[in-house]
Amino acid sequence: MREELLSIIEKNSKIGLKELSVLLGQKEEDVLKELEALEKEGVICGYLTLIDWEKTSIEKVTALIEVRVTPQRGQGFDKIAERIYNYPEVKAVYLISGGFDLLVILEEKSLREIANFVSDKLSTLESVLSTGTHFILKKYKDYGTILAKKHEDEREIVSP
Amino acid sequence: MTKELSNKVINIKPSGIRKFFDLVSEMKDVISLGVGEPDFDTPWHIRDEGIYALEKGRTFYTSNSGLKDLRIEISNYIKRTQNIIYNSDDEILVTVGGSEAIDIGIRALVNEGDEIIIPQPSYVSYEPCTVLADAKPVIINLKAENSFRLTAKELKSAITPKTKLLILPYPNNPTGAIMEKEDLEKIAQIIIENDIYVMSDEIYSELTYKGKHVSIASLPEMKERTILINGFSKANAMTGWRLGYACAPKEIINQMRKIHQYAIMCAPTTSQYAAVEALKNGDADVAQMRQAYNQRRRFLINAFKEMNIDCFEPFGAFYVFPSIKEFGMTSEEFAAKLLQEEKVAAVPGSAFGQSGEGYLRISYAYSIDNLKTAMQRLKNFVEYLRTNKV
Repeated sequence: MREELLSIIEKNSKIGLKELSVLLGQKEEDVLKELEALEKEGVICGYLTLIDWEKTSIEKVTALIEVRVTPQRGQGFDKIAERIYNYPEVKAVYLISGGFDLLVILEEKSLREIANFVSDKLSTLESVLSTGTHFILKKYKDYGTILAKKHEDEREIVSP
Repeated sequence: MTKELSNKVINIKPSGIRKFFDLVSEMKDVISLGVGEPDFDTPWHIRDEGIYALEKGRTFYTSNSGLKDLRIEISNYIKRTQNIIYNSDDEILVTVGGSEAIDIGIRALVNEGDEIIIPQPSYVSYEPCTVLADAKPVIINLKAENSFRLTAKELKSAITPKTKLLILPYPNNPTGAIMEKEDLEKIAQIIIENDIYVMSDEIYSELTYKGKHVSIASLPEMKERTILINGFSKANAMTGWRLGYACAPKEIINQMRKIHQYAIMCAPTTSQYAAVEALKNGDADVAQMRQAYNQRRRFLINAFKEMNIDCFEPFGAFYVFPSIKEFGMTSEEFAAKLLQEEKVAAVPGSAFGQSGEGYLRISYAYSIDNLKTAMQRLKNFVEYLRTNKV
């Protein structure tokens, strides 16, 4: 049940317990138990909402920042990653293989704020060697959901 | 013109679905539960392969039997799912949908006056194809009490010295019924005793929710007398690509190929290239779609239970087949009224044969959100009928 349960709530965290139990063909109490276990084990880390901010009047700018760093003795990249992810405006930090080390996703209200963060906070960290900032211009698809356009049912209304 | 058109064709009734379609197409904001095709788009890697084939200029005829690579993949697929070995050279024919395979399979087998046993409710084309081939349809009216499975007793009583072929349409459209191995074994015994052929239409074989589908051709002594029909429409969400196939002993395929060669030439080339990709790398998509269908199936069965509507649990295809007998209307009347009152379109069971009377075919090839709205409307309708009757 675990995999199927996760695949359902990954797409729809709003779903109620009763409906979940119907879709899975399992007893409500068993589904609840499993959900609690998944939360406890940290498999489920939160229940979020996917928002297309572009459709609101609220300004948001997102940047992907490539960061090259010198790993620290005994701690590898973890220490520096922690120093970065503690900033609340940082949405995500990933350790990346290839040409750079950390990928930082930053969300701010304006371009200037992003520039300030990079120049004042990020670049000044001792182990940061260099940064490269990319601004997101448009989101076509996010978290497996296509934002660009609504999918319309073009099938005939009845067919054999 | 004054000269008469073909009487044989004139006497064929247009599909009951067509009639309902005309009714629906005049209305707006209809929520449909009426389709017989997946709501999923063809998985992208398959579409991409089709596009690639076009870009490469692969726009010529293929051999009459179909692309060699595709026949090899079909052969591999049937071996890995059913453990039946079909020779890709002469025992597999790629057709324009399963529908073509049904038509030419029947035509290749029967002589004038031969009888074809057709269990109903079932897909709409078996009976007209039988008539067009100058054979005689012998209908078995399947029963809800048997979960719409074909029983040995029903089959036995339909067989005459003229019986040539049994159509075996499982997993079934419109009932969602399946035949499990032990059901098939009982049927196979009678088929062998009476020396008749079987056309096993397994187009929904990937969509079963109670163990894996078993083909009757996998039972002892059955391969030699079976035409196995399958295709890409349902499992791979490829209805519009029009691609299916028939597997049978080469004596039968040789005859089918002649009709196919003169009437069709070959199945669409783009579709064939895409289908190779579907069979090579498509299993994960199929599993994912099956899981989604199964969730919707459970949702609908639960919804009918809550509405107190009598509905046997279907384990195949993407249909449920609830009974509407308690409302004292024909299924056509019920469907028309449901459409008028609540703007929900579902196909009357009678479109699939007389024994479908009193039932409604509900398709769950729709998103859960769509099904939720439809079930709410159906609930309103049912409550309205119940209160106004008492």
